[in-house]
Amino acid sequence: MARRGTPEVNAGSMADIAFLLLIFFLVTTDIATDSGLNRKLPRIEEEPPTPPVIKERNVFKIIVSKNNELLVEDDRMDIADLRQAAIDFIDNGAGIGNTGQPCNYCKGKKDEASSVHPDKAIISLENERGTSYETYISIQNELIAAYNHLRNIRSQDLYGVSFVEMQEKYKDAGRYGITDEEKEKMKEKIESIKKEYPQLLSEIVDK
Amino acid sequence: MSKFKKKKDGGLPPVNTAALPDIVFMLLFFFMVATVIKEDQLKIQNVIPFADQIEKLDKKNPVSYIYIGKPSDNYKNQFGSEARIQLNDQFADVNEVGRFVNIERSLLREELIPYLTIALKVDRESKMGIVNDVKEELRKVNALKVNYTTKKGEYTKNDR
Repeated sequence: MARRGTPEVNAGSMADIAFLLLIFFLVTTDIATDSGLNRKLPRIEEEPPTPPVIKERNVFKIIVSKNNELLVEDDRMDIADLRQAAIDFIDNGAGIGNTGQPCNYCKGKKDEASSVHPDKAIISLENERGTSYETYISIQNELIAAYNHLRNIRSQDLYGVSFVEMQEKYKDAGRYGITDEEKEKMKEKIESIKKEYPQLLSEIVDK
Repeated sequence: MSKFKKKKDGGLPPVNTAALPDIVFMLLFFFMVATVIKEDQLKIQNVIPFADQIEKLDKKNPVSYIYIGKPSDNYKNQFGSEARIQLNDQFADVNEVGRFVNIERSLLREELIPYLTIALKVDRESKMGIVNDVKEELRKVNALKVNYTTKKGEYTKNDR
């Protein structure tokens, strides 16, 4: 009564083998975190140029104490209000910029005590050694958010697409099926908006 | 032929486990796809903070990682509980950061060197003092592209 043909392979230990592999991968791998806030550090100049005269009204002074308290323009502020305050400051546009032109795209209040033009509006961020990193990141995040907000609005007005979206597409051109020609145009648009709202962030380190 | 066959009455029939390997393989493939091999064995606590204005790290360009955080429990006795820097697999001093960057650069093709991004994976409980020191060292070796690695989420999740 012996059956002919190859006997069936015993697959009972298959599960064990698969478990073994699974556990190996669980241990040796990590869920990737490959995103974050991109920043550019200032270059160290051998001979620092004479600092240009900057009017007080064009500087948005933020100080973070070692107890993670926020002092904005000499007043205490919550991080929650920082974004709007930064937007108001950058987009104020009460005077003429570096090009000698008034800011005709600014939607701010044109307050005489605040900045004259986005390309002159400098945000100065000072932190102490004892400031916690997460507070620092929160503040950086809010400041970048302020710039992104203004750039998005400007981009939406000019090109009908938000700045962040455009940048994302530009970076991942292959995946979105964007031709080189379109990419070149995109780059121009991105650069022009960056020029209108440059990120002028100066960091002061407390020694 | 049925001489030895015993009729078992009662008792539960065994659960059919034939599909078990398939299920486990499915899990296995999920993990293989969704995760990456760890770059470095962490010797420090490294819970990174949240931010929502994030950009993806450009994987076409080279990335080097600098970790900062308190030594994890195994290393507390040896290295204390103050935040430390970890480069590759080792604890390092602030003044070793420059050399680390130069070594990382020497491993790259020449045309890619200016595009090297330094990803700072800093524990959220760290103080800015050590981070500023590292940034200063990076400036000295002209490694100016940095990325503060964060998880995606509102900044309000940071306050705890």
